[in-house]
Amino acid sequence: MTSLPIERPSAVTAEWRDLFALTKPRVMTLVVFTGLCGLLAAPVPVHPVLGFTAVLCIALGAGAAGALNQWYEADLDKKMKRTAGRPLPAGRMEPRSALHFGVGLSAFSVVLMDIATNHLAAAILAVSILFYVVIYTVWLKRRTAQNIVIGGAAGAFPPLIGWAAATGDVTLLPVLLFAIIFLWTPPHFWALSLFVKSDYAAAGVPMMPVVAGLQSTRRQAFLYTLPMVAAAIAPWPLGLTGWIYGAASIALNALFLLFAAAVLANKATDPAKMKPEKRLFGYSVLYLFALFGALVIDARLIP
Amino acid sequence: MTDPLPDAEVRRRQAGRARVMALLLGLFVVLMFAITIAKMTINQ
Repeated sequence: MTSLPIERPSAVTAEWRDLFALTKPRVMTLVVFTGLCGLLAAPVPVHPVLGFTAVLCIALGAGAAGALNQWYEADLDKKMKRTAGRPLPAGRMEPRSALHFGVGLSAFSVVLMDIATNHLAAAILAVSILFYVVIYTVWLKRRTAQNIVIGGAAGAFPPLIGWAAATGDVTLLPVLLFAIIFLWTPPHFWALSLFVKSDYAAAGVPMMPVVAGLQSTRRQAFLYTLPMVAAAIAPWPLGLTGWIYGAASIALNALFLLFAAAVLANKATDPAKMKPEKRLFGYSVLYLFALFGALVIDARLIP
Repeated sequence: MTDPLPDAEVRRRQAGRARVMALLLGLFVVLMFAITIAKMTINQ
């Protein structure tokens, strides 16, 4: 059999692994988990197939937003050690392929969400993708040190989408879940940016430590922790959750506050001496998993 | 400018993507069927 001549639309033919890497699979873990928790915490039973599809759509939407983010930021990624190995800056993929993949996956995730669940969940999913790509990536990231404060809203949508997929509406509890992730983002990202400051500075990204200095960043990270703690504990006294969530939330937030205070007290300028910052960053990820896990356990055990 | 890949490597990558795409399309068909059945069950 004679094989057809190879069509070469470009010099680079990406592997499927590169397309998968475009979706930022590691970031997606937290997005999927919080979306699933929003769905499971809702006070209505969800058909397993529809619940699975809703979480799949949240994951695909997040992956699509990640791909479009990498398409737009390929020039920045090339300048940072942490991101230089991604498919676009490493030259393993054509930018146009990444754009087509991101737009196609966005549309697919929203349409599938609408078919499987309801218009509200699909609409919030569409808004979250647009928010991450247009508001955060295109508009804010290169312009202001407050980029991740406002952009953090994009990562706060998944529990809202999960809840809306299950119930078809949005009440106070999912709004509080949104607020928790929204207010969690600044201390989480600023803890990271404190010890990778040189990387952001090299790329010219106006992250808080680059623009306002280390001490100001530590102070602001601590200040954002206070309303985050209030929002995280609030569901219990408001009667929206039971004592399991209340107890877990108080313990987890007390530890978060302690670690954020240790960051505030640290005066180090050398990343090697930023142990409190690294500890806060690591704990912040665990915190969100544990808090949302406690919410689901509480909702399932105390109906 | 990136050097063009050898033909064999381009073929290998295209084949890999085609296989993954076929698998995903198959899973999509199964998922759509399951969604349809789930919706019919709920409506009953």
